[in-house]
Amino acid sequence: MSNIIREHLLELFSKDFRLDGRKFDQYRDIKVEYGISSRSAEGSARVKIGNTEVLAGVKLELGEPYSDNPDEGTIMVNVELLPLSNPEFESGPPGIEAVELSRVVDRAIREGKALNFKKLCITPKEQMWIVLIDIYPVNDAGNLFDAAALAALAALKDAKFPKIEDGKISYRESTGQKLPLEKLPLSCTVYKIGNYFLVDPVSEEELIVDARLTVGVLEDGTLCSLQKGGDFGLNPEEVDQMVDVAVKKTKELRKVL
Amino acid sequence: MVYEKRLDGRKFDELRPVEANVGVVKRAAGSAMFKIGKTIAIAAVYGPRELYPQVFQNPTNGVLRCNYNMMAFSGSGDRVRPGPSRRSKEISLVMEKALLPVVDLSGYAGTVVDVFVELVQTDAGTRCAGICAAAMALADAGIPMKDLVSSVAVGRVGGKIVLDLSKEEEDYEGHATDIATAFSTRMGQVTLLQMDGEVSREELKKALELAKSGCEKIKEIQVKALKAKYVGDLNE
Amino acid sequence: MSKLLVQEKEIVVPGQDLAEGMDYLPGEDVIRDKDKLVSTKLGIVGLSGRLVRIVPLNGPYVPKRGDLVIGKIVGVGIGGWRVNIGWPFEANLSVKDATSDFIEKGSDLSKYFNYGDYIIVEIVNVASSKIIDLSMKGPGLRKLGSGRLITIPATKVPRVIGKQGSMISLVKDYTGCKISVGQNGIIWLKGDEPKKELLAIKAINKIENESHISGLTDRMKEFLEREKNGL
Repeated sequence: MSNIIREHLLELFSKDFRLDGRKFDQYRDIKVEYGISSRSAEGSARVKIGNTEVLAGVKLELGEPYSDNPDEGTIMVNVELLPLSNPEFESGPPGIEAVELSRVVDRAIREGKALNFKKLCITPKEQMWIVLIDIYPVNDAGNLFDAAALAALAALKDAKFPKIEDGKISYRESTGQKLPLEKLPLSCTVYKIGNYFLVDPVSEEELIVDARLTVGVLEDGTLCSLQKGGDFGLNPEEVDQMVDVAVKKTKELRKVL
Repeated sequence: MVYEKRLDGRKFDELRPVEANVGVVKRAAGSAMFKIGKTIAIAAVYGPRELYPQVFQNPTNGVLRCNYNMMAFSGSGDRVRPGPSRRSKEISLVMEKALLPVVDLSGYAGTVVDVFVELVQTDAGTRCAGICAAAMALADAGIPMKDLVSSVAVGRVGGKIVLDLSKEEEDYEGHATDIATAFSTRMGQVTLLQMDGEVSREELKKALELAKSGCEKIKEIQVKALKAKYVGDLNE
Repeated sequence: MSKLLVQEKEIVVPGQDLAEGMDYLPGEDVIRDKDKLVSTKLGIVGLSGRLVRIVPLNGPYVPKRGDLVIGKIVGVGIGGWRVNIGWPFEANLSVKDATSDFIEKGSDLSKYFNYGDYIIVEIVNVASSKIIDLSMKGPGLRKLGSGRLITIPATKVPRVIGKQGSMISLVKDYTGCKISVGQNGIIWLKGDEPKKELLAIKAINKIENESHISGLTDRMKEFLEREKNGL
């Protein structure tokens, strides 16, 4: 990372200004589009946050319930950092960044109990639905964490169960019945650069981040997931301040879904 | 059974509805979306950039590298397992060969130009849609090209030679013939040719003529989309 | 009979026929195929006499001797620095071309230019795609201080600079920003107020997007005049 850019950014911040003129706690314009792969996927969505664009799709499969949760279905979240979306991303098996992002998105949905897992069980010990959520950035212009989390929820919201015939899924026929999406655990990532906290960084800002905290928040304000990242530590007061921003911003994010 | 009327009501020489758009991936040097029927492909070009490892560098020419990938949710049945498959590797290769005859990388010795193609939704003709998108993305990136490449499938369905097969037609009575083609229409050259199924030599001739006329129509749409990126600017 | 098939300033695509017959000559980004002239780029037609050329709308930067470019230090060695100038291969800045000051052999060159520093330099030699030499001896060539960097297609740089620098002077005058434009499409700028920097960037982006539409200078004046009031 270049010193002159960091220096310049911090100077801007000291004047209460960001690269594109936004406030520290202001997101870029957010657009959500549903059903972008409606022929192929059971649910799909496109989320744009400024120039950042992420696609998510839901496929449903049948499986045998896990022995420790015989009356529940399950989910799986996978993010692939496509080299199409950012010149720094490389082809090949998912790197550690993609794995972390997948798990952070998964954690908010799972621990926030977005889907009622019990209702994803068809026959206890015998058959369950597996909800497979695949997330792809198409253009990475910063803040993939929030864009990916939002896209996953949007795709879940869009998804409908296909028909089952003779114990197999008939993908071409939809039942029209939505998934048991009972809660929307929204994620907001708050970034710390120098002494400043901000949301929704653009790529240049992301390059000089000291620390970040992704917070999953339910409608009633309950926190359902946390992930601290970045090379620097945070003190408990800072964590509190960042959570405060996240709780406020997730209320706004809730309106775009 | 004789195929009298196409399953979706099209004429035998009619394409499915086509949409094209240029500049869809802002970070890339060039990019495009190509949609034919329900098949949606996005292509992005990066480079020329240094090719690693060095042993793969061509000291007298740039290297064109294509990567075809289906998004996991884009298949018509089960989830597509992420990562390269034998199928996707072969398609990446034939896409490269379909584009190479028009691309001139002689000014970029030792470099690679990467073309990433992602399928968002599939409904037959994915490699052809990918090639159409890739050609537009390369032009958008300002890579020197002797022509665009346009691509479409033709085939024999129930004894009839048809343009741009749909998924249902590919599956028609279990034995339709599917021929993927690409053309440089200006140079009159076929740059992709793959067939699954059977045809007579006469039928192949007829099919290629039909494919060429289909590609000419597709080229018009590609050209329009490339120009539209710049014509629309003042109104933004 | 020779015939021109396009008009001056028309947008053309790769593979498009531009002229028929042998009377016209292929200029930049145009090839001859039998009796036809054909464009190899998405760009704008330029005509000068019998010469038909294309001004590309986008494209990679190709280093040329004499270009002033902005580069980033990506390597610090014993005899000089490796510099990324937006070309696939790194360029070389040797100690003797960097400064007239005496630098003792074996000293730590990162004291002068360190990793991540940006410099504005001249390309003094292009021996091959991998052998490109830079120099910092010349007016305005220097290490850049704190500021913003933006990138535009190198093909748009001549329009951003304008005739004798008229366009970029216009932007500087209205915004009060210091701006350095590299021929490689990398632009450094610094203003005394963030809002002025933002306006300068908006103006540069507008030039970039509308460079092919005539009447640009008047439009830019109008735009800057209008936006200035909002500052």
